[in-house]
Amino acid sequence: MRLARGALWVFCGLVGVWLVAPALIVLPLSLTSQASLVFPPRGWSGRWYANFFHDASWIGAFWTSLQVALLVTVVATVIGTAAAIGLTRGQGRGLVAANALILSPMIVPGIVFAIGSYATFLSLHLVGTLGGFVMAHTVLALPFVVIPVTARLRGFDRRLELASASLGAGRWATFGQVTLPLVAPGVLAGALFAFVTSFDEVVVSLFIQSPYLQTLPVKMYSSVSRDTDPTIAAAASMIIVLTTVLVLVASYLTVRRSRVR
Amino acid sequence: MAVLDELTTRGGPASAPADRVRARPALLLLPALVLLLAFFVYPVLTMVWRSLTDPEPGLGNFGWFFTEPANLRVLARTFTTGLWVTLITLALSYPYAYAMTAAGQRGKAVLTLLVLVPFWTSLMVRTFAWQVLLQDTGVVNRALALVGLGPAHLIRTETGVIIGMTQVLMPFMVLPLYAVLSGIDLGLVRAARSLGARPVVAFLRVYLPLSMPGLAAGALMVFILSLGFYITPALLGSPTDALLSQQIFTQVSGLLRWGRGGAMGVVLLVATLVLIGLATLAQRRPARRRGTS
Amino acid sequence: MSGSGAPADLAPVPGLARAGGEIILDRLTKHYADTAAVDDVSLTIRPGEFMTLLGPSGSGKTTTLNAIAGFVAPTSGRLLLDGSEVGGVPPHRRDIGMVFQHYALFPHMTVAENIAFPLRQRRVPKTRRTELVTSALDTVRLSGLERRYPHELSGGQQQRVAVARAIVYAPRVLLMDEPLGALDKKLRDWLQLEIKRIHAELGTTFVYVTHDQEEALVLSDRVAVFNGGRIEQVGTPDELYERPSTLFVARFLGDSTVLRGPAGPDDTGDTPDSSTLAKCGRTLRAPGRHSGAGAIVVRPERLSVHPDGAGPDSAGPDRAEWNGAEWNALPAVVEREIYLGSSRKLELRLPDGDPALVREQAGKLADVRPGDRVTLAWRVADSVLLADDPTVEDAVT
Repeated sequence: MRLARGALWVFCGLVGVWLVAPALIVLPLSLTSQASLVFPPRGWSGRWYANFFHDASWIGAFWTSLQVALLVTVVATVIGTAAAIGLTRGQGRGLVAANALILSPMIVPGIVFAIGSYATFLSLHLVGTLGGFVMAHTVLALPFVVIPVTARLRGFDRRLELASASLGAGRWATFGQVTLPLVAPGVLAGALFAFVTSFDEVVVSLFIQSPYLQTLPVKMYSSVSRDTDPTIAAAASMIIVLTTVLVLVASYLTVRRSRVR
Repeated sequence: MAVLDELTTRGGPASAPADRVRARPALLLLPALVLLLAFFVYPVLTMVWRSLTDPEPGLGNFGWFFTEPANLRVLARTFTTGLWVTLITLALSYPYAYAMTAAGQRGKAVLTLLVLVPFWTSLMVRTFAWQVLLQDTGVVNRALALVGLGPAHLIRTETGVIIGMTQVLMPFMVLPLYAVLSGIDLGLVRAARSLGARPVVAFLRVYLPLSMPGLAAGALMVFILSLGFYITPALLGSPTDALLSQQIFTQVSGLLRWGRGGAMGVVLLVATLVLIGLATLAQRRPARRRGTS
Repeated sequence: MSGSGAPADLAPVPGLARAGGEIILDRLTKHYADTAAVDDVSLTIRPGEFMTLLGPSGSGKTTTLNAIAGFVAPTSGRLLLDGSEVGGVPPHRRDIGMVFQHYALFPHMTVAENIAFPLRQRRVPKTRRTELVTSALDTVRLSGLERRYPHELSGGQQQRVAVARAIVYAPRVLLMDEPLGALDKKLRDWLQLEIKRIHAELGTTFVYVTHDQEEALVLSDRVAVFNGGRIEQVGTPDELYERPSTLFVARFLGDSTVLRGPAGPDDTGDTPDSSTLAKCGRTLRAPGRHSGAGAIVVRPERLSVHPDGAGPDSAGPDRAEWNGAEWNALPAVVEREIYLGSSRKLELRLPDGDPALVREQAGKLADVRPGDRVTLAWRVADSVLLADDPTVEDAVT
């Protein structure tokens, strides 16, 4: 039995390394001194980061991704939280269908949604527009907001709202002082997922981009297919750092709030 | 990971005696529904429409798809790749998820963290990293050489695609599996052992069946996702071994053949829906068998 | 529907110490689908009174309480708070206090923040808030716990915080929905007395819901007994116990012996408002007028047990003085004795198979044992004749 246990742990260790390895090699790779994607690097240099920050197309793409992701976070979190409240507090048979519709972007294959969006955006002249990106990404991000928020709302003791009402708080006061604080961890998680989903989105973005407006993953994609330029590794590293910081911050805030749960 | 807890927790029941329905909370769903109808349903329907009307109305595109042997090969390859990915992911995830249930608090946290890292590492980043790793002179090959398995040509092959996709999709298998496995009452396994079953038998007859719901959910999700995968196969595979999603991309983006691309998209969509339908049905039947007595 | 600014009809918190409010329920009815959860209920709750709504689950008491609170909209009937109709007023503007069974304390706020919550809704300035919170915690004897969170407190403490939160703004009415249901017996007994004390201190009208009849007897000025959506009887605990008006009330409150049989008018003319009832071949008398299927109810402490002597001169239940206008008697066999320390319960069986229950104080125990034949005797004045109700069970306790 001990042997089996030991084997299990070795196995998990290997799997663990395998899971994390790609993310880890990107960081050292970005510091290579060679102009090729050879790993492990034979020399160290920070020039690819300099290249990244000086190249208009790279910086532009990064900035676009950031803008889009922030907008998507706001829109998806607000709309998604409202939808979650509607789903958990509302009545009627249409709710099941509404729920299915909201979650369907998760199961419909990305490429299908991508070409559909491309066709639609072409006729609506939305290709290569900030608004277009935000709308398409919000559709994909919405389920990731609705799921955690509905979970929080379902676990929420409704009697707290009754107590709040009996103590003199009107509907909005109750929502702001009682419901929202207790649902906040779910909203926060949803916002985080919305950001990451948008920032990371490639397939749809490939179609609805234009040479003047690209997101960072799209730029990386074309770079990968064309160059062997390690600037892409610098870009990748910065993405990893950004998302890791976000996740850590969100986790910290969630844990602090979960204390009272 | 508290943040991911939010994604995987199912809330508990809460009741209230109030029957004063405050002004239509269902109205709050409106913005979301409008957005989805305009930017999701409409685009997908547009694609379906194009498949039926471009270049001329009718089922011509579907006819083309199902009669060209090359297309059918692509379809078959997509399904088999998906199957391989699902099986390998399952083989790796099951012991991993089990280890998560058996681990102490520290170990569980570490294992969870490891499985979640792919989640928030950008897909592009991961695929790009695999590209580097799987090169003929890349790290993987050198590691294999150390172990004596000899250099293998992994980049631009189906195997490379499978490896990349498995790593990306593993969290989708591990998390539902873990959720179900952690709910299994180990007392049942112990009871089986006390009744004379050998460990292997106890596992096959008691533990495994109880883990079925999580297993099925994870497997289904991984399979469905792998069908629609574009980025990883496109970058790690070769153009001659293209999967369905790559073909769709080529038709629409490269050749502007909306009809054909759309038709393939419809095939992919229908396949996905059928699978989900089957899974939903499968979920209902065992309940009847198990529930009634 | 206001959101910002203190709602105009929420009374501000001045020097507090307001008297209790009067509640009038006038033909209140609430239908759910085709069943009436509350069926034509009328009740006047006097200012400062401790009124308990007592009844089994599903009897309508909680629905009635929720109607007073405003969480349930009545199907018909009127609800008046201090003379004004409040039927259409939403809960947060009724200026009532409510204590829930599972406390409903806000988990993300400290004890002080919980208690200060209603004061914040009423825009009470900070210093005054702190004063009132301290005073409320004082009243429930929990001073010093301001900074704790609900999950750090015991059940009894949480319940007291809930009470403090509901009284801090001196509402004229305090509603309590089985607040002690989730606690263990000793804690419950102690908290009952605390609640009684707080009621006496504040003078607020308390409306208390419970299914525990002992609790109702301990706490209340008056009790309204609910059954099937209707009120069967309203009265002081003493009135309900000694002079129940229906068999349901008699059985629900306390133990009793129920003697069922055909009743008719009392022909002897000795006592004007009494009737007779035939039981086990004898004619019993009891106060109350009823003809037809009747039931005489006698409380277990009013029955005395007399062992049948072995000798020829002990005539048992046929002794003369037990068949006159003052006393009744019936033969019985002792089935079981239950020793309770300070008292003893005897379960007996009458000749026609019906059960009887006697309770004796320690020190005055009859010399009987299970299996003995005895005579049960009681004063006619200590019994009451009611209409029989086949839905009320025949169990002894």
